[in-house]
Amino acid sequence: MLGLNSRDLRLFVIVCALCLLAPILLNPFPVASSLGESFNAGYPALMQRFVIFGLLVIGFNILFGLTGYLSFGHAAFLGVGSFAAVWMFKLLSYNIVPAIILSVIVAGLFSVVIGYIALRRSGIYFSILTLAFAQMMYSIAYSDLVGKMFGTIVTNGETGLQVYNDDPQFLMGEGAPTVPHLFGLEMNSAFTWKVGGWEFIFQNGYYLSALFMILGFYLSIRIFRSPFGMMLRAIKSNQTRMSYTGLDTKPYMLAAFVISGMYAGLAGGLLAAMDPLTGAERMFWTASGEIVVMAILGGVGTLLGPVFGAGVIKYLENIVSKINSDILHSWFAFMPEWMENLVVNILYPFVGKGWHLTLGLLFMAVVIFLPGGLMQLGEKILALFGRKKKSDDAKTGATEPAE
Amino acid sequence: MDALILQLLNGMDKGAAYALIALGLTLIFGTLGVVNFAHGALFMIGAFCAVTMQRILNLSATIIDETQTDFLGNPLKVEVPYVQSWFGEVTGAAIQDWAVPLSILLVIPVMLLVGWAMERGLIKHFYKRPHADQILVTFGLAIVIGEIIKAFYGANPIQTPSPAALTGSIDLGVAIGFEPNTVIYSIWRIVYFFFAALIIAGVFAFLQFTTFGMVVRAGMADRETVGMLGIDIDKRFTVMFGIAACVAGLAGMMYAPILSPHYNLGMDFLVLSFVVVVVGGMGSLPGAVLAGFVLGIVQSLSSMNEVKAIIPGIDQIIIYLVAIIILLTRPRGLMGRKGVMEE
Amino acid sequence: MGILEVKGVNKRFGGLQALGDVNLSVAENTVHAIIGPNGAGKSTLLNVLVGKLIPDSGSVMFDGQSVLGRKPHEINQMGISRVFQTPEIFADLSVFENVMIPCFAKRDGAFRMHAIESTHHEKDIAEQAMAILEDVNMADKRDMIASSMSRGDKRRLEMAMCLVQDPRLLLLDEPTAGMARADTENTIQLLKDIRTKRGITMAIIEHDMNVVFSLAERITVLAQGTPLVEDVPEKIKGHPKVREAYLGEAQV
Repeated sequence: MLGLNSRDLRLFVIVCALCLLAPILLNPFPVASSLGESFNAGYPALMQRFVIFGLLVIGFNILFGLTGYLSFGHAAFLGVGSFAAVWMFKLLSYNIVPAIILSVIVAGLFSVVIGYIALRRSGIYFSILTLAFAQMMYSIAYSDLVGKMFGTIVTNGETGLQVYNDDPQFLMGEGAPTVPHLFGLEMNSAFTWKVGGWEFIFQNGYYLSALFMILGFYLSIRIFRSPFGMMLRAIKSNQTRMSYTGLDTKPYMLAAFVISGMYAGLAGGLLAAMDPLTGAERMFWTASGEIVVMAILGGVGTLLGPVFGAGVIKYLENIVSKINSDILHSWFAFMPEWMENLVVNILYPFVGKGWHLTLGLLFMAVVIFLPGGLMQLGEKILALFGRKKKSDDAKTGATEPAE
Repeated sequence: MDALILQLLNGMDKGAAYALIALGLTLIFGTLGVVNFAHGALFMIGAFCAVTMQRILNLSATIIDETQTDFLGNPLKVEVPYVQSWFGEVTGAAIQDWAVPLSILLVIPVMLLVGWAMERGLIKHFYKRPHADQILVTFGLAIVIGEIIKAFYGANPIQTPSPAALTGSIDLGVAIGFEPNTVIYSIWRIVYFFFAALIIAGVFAFLQFTTFGMVVRAGMADRETVGMLGIDIDKRFTVMFGIAACVAGLAGMMYAPILSPHYNLGMDFLVLSFVVVVVGGMGSLPGAVLAGFVLGIVQSLSSMNEVKAIIPGIDQIIIYLVAIIILLTRPRGLMGRKGVMEE
Repeated sequence: MGILEVKGVNKRFGGLQALGDVNLSVAENTVHAIIGPNGAGKSTLLNVLVGKLIPDSGSVMFDGQSVLGRKPHEINQMGISRVFQTPEIFADLSVFENVMIPCFAKRDGAFRMHAIESTHHEKDIAEQAMAILEDVNMADKRDMIASSMSRGDKRRLEMAMCLVQDPRLLLLDEPTAGMARADTENTIQLLKDIRTKRGITMAIIEHDMNVVFSLAERITVLAQGTPLVEDVPEKIKGHPKVREAYLGEAQV
C-alpha cells in the first residue's frame, strides 16, 4: 500500500498514529497533579516543536545518514526559511501558504549555492565549510548586513523580524485573521477536551505541522527505498567504485544536500507559521549542533531515529529546564534531611538552567556508548528479549525429552 | 598609512591567539589523528585559570583594626588579603597586581592534568573511530566544559586586568617617525604578541631539536611506520596532548586581560581556529601559524572605517569568506599536504 | 585498428621518464596483457588509460574517441570497466545491491533522480543482477553484507559488478595480487569462463607470469616506460629481450 512494503507501512502507520494521538498520549497525568506539572508534554507549543524538529532532522538524516557527509551548518537553512516566511506575512498576509512555499524555495536556493561550493570537498573539510557558511550567514543576519548595505531592513538584526501594524500586507482582506492562518483556519486556535482531571488540547497549528512531518517522513521512506537512496549509500561506502561504475557522485550529493536543505527550510517556515517572528539566533552554530545531536541520539541512517531523537531532546529540554530546586526537594522529601539536601545539591547543576550540561553529557554518552543511537538501543533490548526467549525455548526443549 | 599600521598591529595579537590555538589543534591532529572540537574549551580553561588566580590572591581575612573606627565609633573591620599579611603590604599588593602572569604557575599543572585526563579518559578511545565521531564527542565535551565554567563563574564576562606596569598604551607612531598620537598601541597587546612568538618558537624548537620532537614529527609524517619501529608512540602522544593543552591554556591565560573571560569564549574561538587550521592546511604547523596571523590581520584590516564604508560589516564575515575562497582555490589549504583528512 | 589505441604517449615526473613513446593497440575481442618488471610504468600507463593521469604528449583513443581528460565515470560510460588491485566494492551494502548499482548506471547513465520509485519495482534490473550473480556462483550470497566476505569472493563480486555492465573493454589491474595459490587459480578460471562465455575484450596488467600465459592472446612487455616487444605468448616466452629485462633484473 502507498508503494511501501509491509514493514515500512507499519512504521508509517505507527508514526501517523503517534502524531494523531500525541495530545492524548503526551498528557498522561491530570493537569493539576505534580506529575502532570512536571512531565506532561501535550501542550501545543511543545508538540509543534516535536514535529517541526522531527521534520528538520528527517531531512538532515537524508544527507548525513545516507551519504555520511556531516553538515555542521544546517540551522542556517532553517533560519533562512523562517525569515522568508515572516517576510511573506509582512508583505502579503497572514495566510501561511505563500509563506511556507517561499521558505522552501529560498532554503532550496541557498542550499544549491552552498552545496555546490561545499561539496567540492569531503570529510572534515566539508563539515568546516558548511560551518563557515552558516556562521557567515548568522553574522550577516545578526547585524543585518544586507539591510545596512541597501539602507533598509532585511533581518532586523538583534531585534529579530516580526510583523508590525504598518506593514503593507497587500493581500490582507477585510476582517482576515491577524494571526497566521490557513485560508481562515487560525493556527493557534484549539479545541480543549476535558475529562475528569485531564485536559487534552487539539490545536490546528500542531496538526498542520504534524501533517507536514508525516508527509516528510513518507517522502524519506520513499527516498530510502529508491535507487537514488541506494546511490547515496553507495557514495558513503565507496566513492572510487562509484565513479568507476559510471556514476557521477556530484549531482547525487548536491540533490541530497538540496533536499535536506529544503526540509530545513520547510521546518523554518513552519516555525514562523506557528509564531510569526524569528531572529538570527535560530542560525547560530549551536543550533546546528543540536540538529546533529538529535540525529545521533535517535540513530543516524535509520528511518524512525530522527523522529525519536528530535522528540526526546525537545521533551528533555522542556522537562529538565522546568525543574527547580523546590521540585527536586519535593521529590526527595522522603529521605532524611541531610541526604535530601545532598541529593538535591548533586542534581541541581543538571536541571533548570543546567540543561545544556545535561545535553552535553547525554551527547557524549550516546557517541561513546551508543553510536547507533536509540534505535540501536531498542534493537539491543529486543535482541536481549529474543535471546531470553530462545534460551527459554532451549531449556524447555532440553527438559521435554527427559519427561 | 598610520591607520593601516595600527590595524596591522591590532591584527597581530588576535592573529597570535588564533595561531596558538591552531598550533595546538594541528599538533593534536597531526600526531593523534584526532579532530578536537574541545580545543577552544582548553583555551577558555587557561583564561579562567587567570581569573581563579586573581581570586585566590584576593582571598582575604577579616580583621578588626583597633586604630580606626567606623561612624558609630566601633572598631573598623577591614579585609586584608592573605598575601598582604604574609608578604607585607607592598610586596603583597604587587603580587596581586601581577596575578595574570603569575597564573602561569596554575595554568601549566592544570592544563597538563586536564590534557592527560582528556586524552587517557576520552580521546584514546576514539583513535580508531571515524572523524565524525571524534568531532561529535569532543563537541559534547566542549559544551560540558563551558557549562561547568558557567556553573562556577556565572555567565557574565569577568574583568581580569593586566599588571599596572603593563597596562595603558604607548605611542608607537613617534618611534617610527609619525606624528604623535597617531599609532597608539596597548602595551599588553605587545606583550601578548611577544609571548605568543616565544611559545611558537619554543614549540618549533622542541620539535626540531629534541629526540622526542623528532619522533613526534616522524609520527606526524607516517604514524604506522613509527609505531612499528617499536617506539611507544602512545605515551608520547599523551605527552603531546598535554603540551598542546598547555599551549592553548597559556594562550587563553594571557588573553584574559584583552578579552574578559566568559563561558562561551571557548566556542567563539573554536570555530575561528578551526577555520584557521583548515586554511593553513590540516596537519601543517607552519601553515597553522601563518594562517593564524594572516586571518587575524585580514580581519583587523577589514574593520577599518574606510573598508566598512564600502561593505558594512565585512569584518564579521571576512574570515569565513577568505576561508571559503582559499579552500576552493587551494583545496588543501595554504600549506597542506596531499592525502591528509581525505577519506 | 584496435578498440583501444595508445599512440606516442609520454609522461615525465620531474626528472623521471615514466612513460616514453608508448604505442599500444588492443584488438577487439582479445585478451591483451601488459607485463613488465617493477617500475616499468605499468601503473602509470593504467592511470593514463582511466583518465587519472594526463600524459605530456600522445593520444589514447577508445573506439575512435579520446579518453584523455575525461572523468572516471565518463570513461566508464564509454564502455571501459576497471577491476582494481584490491577489490573496490561497496563494503557496507549487500551483495545484491552491489551488482544492482552498475545495472542502474548502465541503464540510466551517470545521474538520474529516481528518488520516489522503489528499488523493488525494478524487475529487469533485479533479473540482470541475479543472472550475473548466478554466473559467478554467488546467488546464495545475495543478501550478505559485502564487507563480511572473503577476499576471493570480493574479487568475484567486483568482476560481477564490471561484467553486468557488458563493458566493451575490461581493464584488470593485477587481479591476483596478494592472493593465495588456490584463489589465483580460481580467479584465472573465472576469467577464462568469462572470456569463453561473453567474449569481452580484456586488458590485463599483471606481474604473475602464470596468470598472463594462461589467459593472454597478445602480450606487450614494458620496460623502463617503453614497450619492448609485442607478440603472442609463445614467442614472448623465449624472447631474448624479455629474458634480459626480467631475468637480468632477477639475477642482480
